[in-house]
Amino acid sequence: MLKLENISLKIDGNPLFSKLNLEVNAGQVKTVMGPSGCGKSSLLAHLCGTLPSVFQTSGKIILHDKTLDDLPPHERKLGILFQDDLLFPHLSVGENLAFALPAKIRRHERHDKIEQALEEIELSGMHERDPASLSGGQRARVALMRTLLAQPEALLLDEPFSKLDQELRGRFRKLVFAHAVKNSLPTLLVTHDHADAQAAGGDIIAL
Amino acid sequence: MATTIRTVSLLPAFPFLTQLLFLLPIAAGLFGVLLPALGYLPDLGGDQFHFEVFRQLLEHPALLHAVWLTLFSGIAATFISLSLAILLAAMLSRASLSGNKNNKMASLFVIVRRGLIPLIAVPHAAMALGLAFLVAPSGWIVRWFSFLLMGWETPPEWVTVQDPFGLSLILGLVLKETPYLLLMILAALPQIRAQEYIRIGQSLGYGNLRSWLKLVLPQVYPLIRLPVFAVLAFSLSVVDVALILGPSTPPTLSVLILRWIDNPDLSFRFLASAGAVLLLLLTLGALLFWRVSEWLLLQKWRNWLSNGKRGNGNEAHKLAALSGLLLLGTAFLSVLGLAFWSLSLRWPYPHVLPQRWTSRNWERHWSSIQETSFTTLELGVIAVVIALILVVGCLENEQWRRVSFSFRSQWLLYLPLLIPQATFLLGIQILAVRLEMDGTFLLLVWSHLLFVLPYVFLTLADPWRNLDTRFPQIGQCLGASPLRVLFRIKLPLLLKPLLVAAAVGFAVSVSQYLPTLFAGGGRFATLTTEAVSYAAGADRRVIGVYGFLQALFPWIALLLALAIPRWRFRNRASLL
Amino acid sequence: MKNIFNYNHGTESGTVSKTLNFIIFTTLFLLLSSFSVSANSWEDIRKKAKGQTVYWNAWGGSEEINAYISWVGSRVKEDYGVTLKHVKLASTADAVSRVLAEKAAGRTTNGSVDLIWINGENFAKMKENGLLFGPFTDNLPNFKLVDFNGKPTTLLDFNLPVEGYEAPWGMAKFNFVFDSARVSETPKSIPELLQWSQRHPGRFTYPHVTDFLGSTFIMQALIELTANPEVLNRYVKSKVEFSKVTAPLWSYLNQLHPLLWRSGNSFPSSSSVQQQMLNDSELDIALSFNPSSTSAAIANGSLPESARTFVLKKGTIGNTHFVGIPFNSGSSEGAMIVANFLMSPEAQMQKQNPDIWGDSTVLSITKLSEQHQQKFKALPLGVATLPPEKLGPTQPNPHPDWKNQLGAEWQRRYGQ
Ligand SMILES: Nc1ncnc2c1ncn2[C@@H]1O[C@H](COP(=O)(O)OP(=O)(O)O)[C@@H](O)[C@H]1O
Ligand SMILES: [Mg+2]
Repeated sequence: MLKLENISLKIDGNPLFSKLNLEVNAGQVKTVMGPSGCGKSSLLAHLCGTLPSVFQTSGKIILHDKTLDDLPPHERKLGILFQDDLLFPHLSVGENLAFALPAKIRRHERHDKIEQALEEIELSGMHERDPASLSGGQRARVALMRTLLAQPEALLLDEPFSKLDQELRGRFRKLVFAHAVKNSLPTLLVTHDHADAQAAGGDIIAL
Repeated sequence: MATTIRTVSLLPAFPFLTQLLFLLPIAAGLFGVLLPALGYLPDLGGDQFHFEVFRQLLEHPALLHAVWLTLFSGIAATFISLSLAILLAAMLSRASLSGNKNNKMASLFVIVRRGLIPLIAVPHAAMALGLAFLVAPSGWIVRWFSFLLMGWETPPEWVTVQDPFGLSLILGLVLKETPYLLLMILAALPQIRAQEYIRIGQSLGYGNLRSWLKLVLPQVYPLIRLPVFAVLAFSLSVVDVALILGPSTPPTLSVLILRWIDNPDLSFRFLASAGAVLLLLLTLGALLFWRVSEWLLLQKWRNWLSNGKRGNGNEAHKLAALSGLLLLGTAFLSVLGLAFWSLSLRWPYPHVLPQRWTSRNWERHWSSIQETSFTTLELGVIAVVIALILVVGCLENEQWRRVSFSFRSQWLLYLPLLIPQATFLLGIQILAVRLEMDGTFLLLVWSHLLFVLPYVFLTLADPWRNLDTRFPQIGQCLGASPLRVLFRIKLPLLLKPLLVAAAVGFAVSVSQYLPTLFAGGGRFATLTTEAVSYAAGADRRVIGVYGFLQALFPWIALLLALAIPRWRFRNRASLL
Repeated sequence: MKNIFNYNHGTESGTVSKTLNFIIFTTLFLLLSSFSVSANSWEDIRKKAKGQTVYWNAWGGSEEINAYISWVGSRVKEDYGVTLKHVKLASTADAVSRVLAEKAAGRTTNGSVDLIWINGENFAKMKENGLLFGPFTDNLPNFKLVDFNGKPTTLLDFNLPVEGYEAPWGMAKFNFVFDSARVSETPKSIPELLQWSQRHPGRFTYPHVTDFLGSTFIMQALIELTANPEVLNRYVKSKVEFSKVTAPLWSYLNQLHPLLWRSGNSFPSSSSVQQQMLNDSELDIALSFNPSSTSAAIANGSLPESARTFVLKKGTIGNTHFVGIPFNSGSSEGAMIVANFLMSPEAQMQKQNPDIWGDSTVLSITKLSEQHQQKFKALPLGVATLPPEKLGPTQPNPHPDWKNQLGAEWQRRYGQ
């Protein structure tokens, strides 16, 4: 369960929003909606622990009874998907996935897991491919799979559908939510798009 | 968790160490200049503070003209280099757009780029000497001219090198600084997605050049401002090029200072120190002037940016092609001339080729070449590795701790580039002797770091800061520790700027003369100390040998820096 | 231990005082040996020198000189076990700087410079600022072979008494170089040089006064033009004196400059550059400070076969160049070994050979052994070198004070 308690964000002393309270249960999707510039991305960056120091924050972030506020970003176990897929351009498709896989998973198992993951997103045999050579939809799927392979305990979505065309968008949405449910991840979606919010199905909180 | 906290909390050590490394010698160097300028240098009998030296300086008959010449040549050289670099960069980006591939002009520009960039590796002095031979009244161009057309028995009485306005000095500087600025611009372009903006501009009906000037330049200029400042400061205080190509009655201020230092009458040290202080003030003044002009230009420019004028810029295109080729040709012939000299026994006027060829010049120096090459290589590699570690540490610190490296400490880094070397090093020398470190390899590396590190920082800082921060962020969200993010994401993504910074740093190390002499106590001979001492003898044949080698090492380093990422990322389209 | 013996100017009394020195020294040495710091007996110097490394800071612009120095290195290694390292300088001032910095920082031992090639002003200033070790030349056995009578500048460097603080190494004499393929008639005096320039405008110039040869040319002209050249041998007494003595020089230069290369608006930065301009046919007449350097330059291809030299009827300035030892050298014994070897007949002969360097000896040939005398006589002269009898009289270098003020005044008049 992901729980936000009294989260406030200020930038240079000007509040973006204050006292945001929110609970997302495992397998559940909640949506935060608001116009562009209202601080949605900043909220997610705060959750991840990567917010620039120009912001002042208060409140508490709790994931499965653990307070995250003092943890460094890489120990928070929050998976995030952005509008851009942000595949590492210097790594191959397979290496992008392998980067996310925890180190304790060893050689053969690693290899198998990646092949399996590629198959799951209909990209089998593309291990060595340059991410730049994939289509937008393919890249989005790799980005999703990469996030999931890191074995997160919650999923944060920062308008990950907004750049895809209508048809792809619907399919990708389904894929993401299906995986969220399958892995019983509490999922927080931020968007300014009503269709996306509707499709998520859960509560909608306006910012 | 404890380990990551430790790695991050270790980071502040880097800026601290770097500042310490710089503060000590710079403070010593500045005091070493300031105190004598104010009349205090007990070993030469100056034990009171006064402004007498400055009065003497201001009354010096050559001063006014020297100041004027310094400002004119420095600012003009920087302005021309920057303009050319911008023009060339704009044309190159057009050439690399698909659809222009089989354009003849486009392939011309590719040649220009391939040829120009390696020029940053050629040391200033070598280039200047080559250029001097090329354009002298008895030089290569006149010889060809005479051979093909005129049949002059004696060289014409033209004023080319060392002309009173410093035009040949400006040309020499432009030859070296244009490639450097071009490289800096090209390195910054990917960070601002220049190609996409140009496409947008073109889709809105703007020609390539205008798209570049109106959309890319405003974004790219802030990224190259520091390199531009470094070029300006360098051009104002350069000694070797000014000695070879600049006028002598009077020379530029830096040469005047050097003459005072070289004056056997040691009391001229006072005057030299005051001159150095003045040069420092002039440099700061010129930087300020440049900044203000930038601002004024921007006011004008704002209108121009959105005035809707489109035009195709074909004229500029031709101009760029012409100047690029001219620049490349001049530089190439300068270096080729040196190479020919190194293989000649006699090459008198009006022969266009050496009268007698020989390998003697190389054979004679072979053992010295081996020894000095090794020292040069060793010194350069060690200085560059240390510089890279410190610079990356500082940049990581500013990102992880989300504090930017303060303005003050950055200026500290650039100070060695702004203060005239000769006087600044005297203070350092005294410090070194006090610390019982003079003539040691450690001090030598340290003194090179003072000049290598700023350039490495300059070359690397902007690409580093402008790397899409979401890459490291997403890496962290995927569970990678800061160290893993550094080694698996940042360093590979920044491989090219990293290697280019290393190559630039190496080139800087190779070209250091005064620091090597001062800090090394004369006990370490490098290709450059050898080349400069032979330059004093003005024998082009030996200068050719060392000048050529001096250019060769950094050139190889730069080629590697450009080739390795190409090879490494041959299958990664977005990184090529 | 400071050298307690006065420097001896005479040559005849030299041996007597040497013996005396030796006796006094041995006595003193036995008395003081427990805390003796510097050695005075040659044997002792040799012993201490063995294994020392001597960093010799010397101008490194000439291949020939560098090759000669490296030969010296191999010889002192062989004979004395002293390792010689040539620190090649672009300017002697760099080394003077370093010694000065060391003094400023209180480094009184183990300095970075052990031996330095100097003369004239550099010597004057180093000595004045206490940067030199010595007097030491009396310790060197070969010093007594020097031709003090025939070559007084070995004891008076720019009119300054050397007093044992530097050891003579070679002789220089001002001369002109010309290309005989283009010049048929050479001027024989400073006024004739002006007339020649009137006939051949733009074909002559002299280096900038910051170059030693440039300032020597000015002084050469002054010696010939002024009424009482003797006053130049002492310091400048007053501004009035200076302007009176130098007035003919400035009026001469005012006439000469418009006839020079680039109408005197620009000057070659050094004598090396000027030589190159002669080679490039940009000039017909250049300057040199070594009567046989032109032959050497022809031999190595840096001047045309047709290059020749000439001097002035009334004579030209001559001086001596020396080696000195900085006060804080940690290898002063090794440095003395080198200085002594440089004055050996073997080294001097090698140096005078125009195929090697062509720098004239400081030794008195008559003081040498029969065999050495023969060898010296057998040395080739070189195609462009004037025989001794045609070199004309030697004029002393004016006092450095004149040089300084002339330089400053020149800068004021023409340097802007
Ligand atoms: N690094 C930053 N420095 C300063 N202001 C920022 C920074 N990042 C975002 N902002 C500002 O914070 C506000 C919220 O931005 P953001 O969270 O990206 O909005 P949203 O995602 O809702 O569109 C905006 O006004 C934006 O300009
Ligand atoms: Mg957003």
